[in-house]
Amino acid sequence: MKIHHHLSDELLLEYASGNLSEGWSLAVATHLALCPECRRTLEAMEGAAGALFDKIKPAPSTSSDSWEAMKARLVAEEVTEKRPPVPAKRSPDHAFVIPEPLRSYLGGDVKDLKWNALGRGAYQIRIPTADKDTQVRLLKIPAGKPVPEHTHDGREITLVLAGSFRDGSDIFARGDVEEADGDLLHTPHATEGEDCICLAVTEAPLKFTSWIVRAIQPILKI
Amino acid sequence: MPTMSLTVSILARTCHNDQKANYGSLSRSSHGVRMKRSDRNLQEQELSNAELSRLLGLVGAERNVEAFETLFRFYSPRVRAFMAMKTRDALLAEELMQETMMSVWNKAAQFDPARGNVSAWIFTIARNLRIDAFRRKRPVFDENDPAFVKDDAPPADVELEERQDAELLRQAMESLPPEQLEVIRRAFFEDVSHSTIAEDMGLPLGTVKSRIRLAFDKLRTSLEGRR
Ligand SMILES: [Zn+2]
Repeated sequence: MKIHHHLSDELLLEYASGNLSEGWSLAVATHLALCPECRRTLEAMEGAAGALFDKIKPAPSTSSDSWEAMKARLVAEEVTEKRPPVPAKRSPDHAFVIPEPLRSYLGGDVKDLKWNALGRGAYQIRIPTADKDTQVRLLKIPAGKPVPEHTHDGREITLVLAGSFRDGSDIFARGDVEEADGDLLHTPHATEGEDCICLAVTEAPLKFTSWIVRAIQPILKI
Repeated sequence: MPTMSLTVSILARTCHNDQKANYGSLSRSSHGVRMKRSDRNLQEQELSNAELSRLLGLVGAERNVEAFETLFRFYSPRVRAFMAMKTRDALLAEELMQETMMSVWNKAAQFDPARGNVSAWIFTIARNLRIDAFRRKRPVFDENDPAFVKDDAPPADVELEERQDAELLRQAMESLPPEQLEVIRRAFFEDVSHSTIAEDMGLPLGTVKSRIRLAFDKLRTSLEGRR
């Protein structure tokens, strides 16, 4: 699997700094599970944070002896956290399509999912999070389905997990991520051969509906 | 390996030899009075990653309290400052610092001294505790998941490369233009969105984004240059 479309540095930096909300982070972490290249960038970012950490202006203790308090805890608390045992290699009888952390959010892999029809052969599953600022869903677009040209508003991230879609001259396949911000012109369609399954994270409120959802909803006639 | 033992002194107000003497005496003695005197020096100097790794290795392997004390005196004022930036509450910052250092003590055995960057590792622990404190969720990947795609790149000498990363990054960071460094510093420490950073700095959002990209292009290049 060769990934051609990666996370932007800006998005990855928000994730590395711990400042990205749950919905977007779910797409970022799921891409990271599939992409060693972005994991290396993440590591470089955390390394950069470490270098900055060394140079942070130290804040002196306000209490008289912070270390004494710490030492008292070291004595009081028995060490419970040992090096975690390396889990036995799970050898599933099939290969998972959906990696963690997304699989846990869905409660299973593709074969276990209960899809809701959107019409025109497309399906979705809403993925609940505690994050009020985003909408997260898994979408299934029928193979070869052309999608009319349109624009959209608001930030959105689409991560392909199976099949692929074409947007202009770009093809997005498993692991590829498309990040959009504002007035991007899309001309996407799912490619032939296999249904396209993708994770779509969009900004709440509802008006920022995923371009894929909007494009396939016949009632909107876009 | 000259870079490994390099002690870069950024805020040093004492000469190199004095620092050595100070933390030499620290690791030998646990008398409170002598600690106090050298506290300030230890806070303001930078210990090399090799030395920090060695100390953390001792904590992990043998629960060495003196090694941990040296780490504590070096990191606790930094973690406290990091926590105070977001919370603006000295008591909460102190509490989160204590939690962070307790985690460092408890998880030290999970740190591989041959591979890691101690400051980066401690930053991630502090970051995660700060996220928890604000009841936010940050989904993470699972390296043991069968669907996880492993990096097939690592050559035999990857450990050596990773040991050099901390030093290379530190040097690369020092060569970044100040305006790029400032954007990254704010992104990591102030815990605000990039558009807030743009507003605070009086810059268009696009400029903030392009500074981030330029900075990490440079950091990536400097890390790849070692291969
Ligand atoms: Zn990637």
